Amino acid sequence: MTTIPLEHVLILASILFMIGFLGVIVRKNTLFMLMSLEVMLNAVGVAFIGAGSVWQQADGQVMFMLILTLAAAEVAVGLALLIRMQHCFKSLDIDHLSQLKG
Amino acid sequence: MNIQFASVETLFYLAGLIAVVASLKVITRKNTVHALLYLVISLLAVAVCFYLMGAPFAAGLEVIVYAGAILVLFVFAVMLFGLNKDEVKHTPKNGSLSHWVGPSILATCLLAEVILSLQSSDIQSRLSATVVTSKQVGMLLYGPYLLAVEIASFLLLAGLIAGYHYAKPDNQGGHL
Repeated sequence: MTTIPLEHVLILASILFMIGFLGVIVRKNTLFMLMSLEVMLNAVGVAFIGAGSVWQQADGQVMFMLILTLAAAEVAVGLALLIRMQHCFKSLDIDHLSQLKG
Repeated sequence: MNIQFASVETLFYLAGLIAVVASLKVITRKNTVHALLYLVISLLAVAVCFYLMGAPFAAGLEVIVYAGAILVLFVFAVMLFGLNKDEVKHTPKNGSLSHWVGPSILATCLLAEVILSLQSSDIQSRLSATVVTSKQVGMLLYGPYLLAVEIASFLLLAGLIAGYHYAKPDNQGGHL
């Protein structure tokens, strides 16, 4: 039996998730939005590890490793897109992307 | 008294508090590099939380992959952006000390927590009773989750190709 109650772990995870979500919404710099996305993915990882430690199963850590893979791929593609954006607009402001026409 | 002060719960709540504070600093900083510094602290605090929840393998992965690899990717991207040209004039000139003192205080708290939990035999015995070892994770990862691992490898390959494709200069030619 674990020593930390699951509710507190989930509260911590939701607080971290809300901070990341606020960062994505509030900031206009796309680099900060990417960092806030990292915080959000991290919060989901906290929830998975907490649940896995409560039931003493390794599934939570497996899901955390998949989230880690997702975060690595997302950061690689996102930063490459930001490099291209900086090259085109000379700025990282997300409002410049409103000129995009589908 | 001493046991109550240094229990697993107290250390967990302290690490969670450090993670929340550092994450708040991440989304409120103006300067990119300072925000990255706080992001490292946030990830390290979450790694300490993982360790205290009985997942030392995930804590090691968090430090190595997140704080080691992904943050270095961020720093390289910031270097490529050349943001320091327009950001230097916004930063206060006197603040060479105040910029790193906040993250270093938080990092020192985390280091003290880890040393305390490694020193205390009570915490060690309580942690070893609840630990989920890396052997269990590996058995599960290459057993029932084998398809997920293969799909994750496809995802990493797609990320590699997309990163190369988008970050390549236009005048370089080639088909990819």
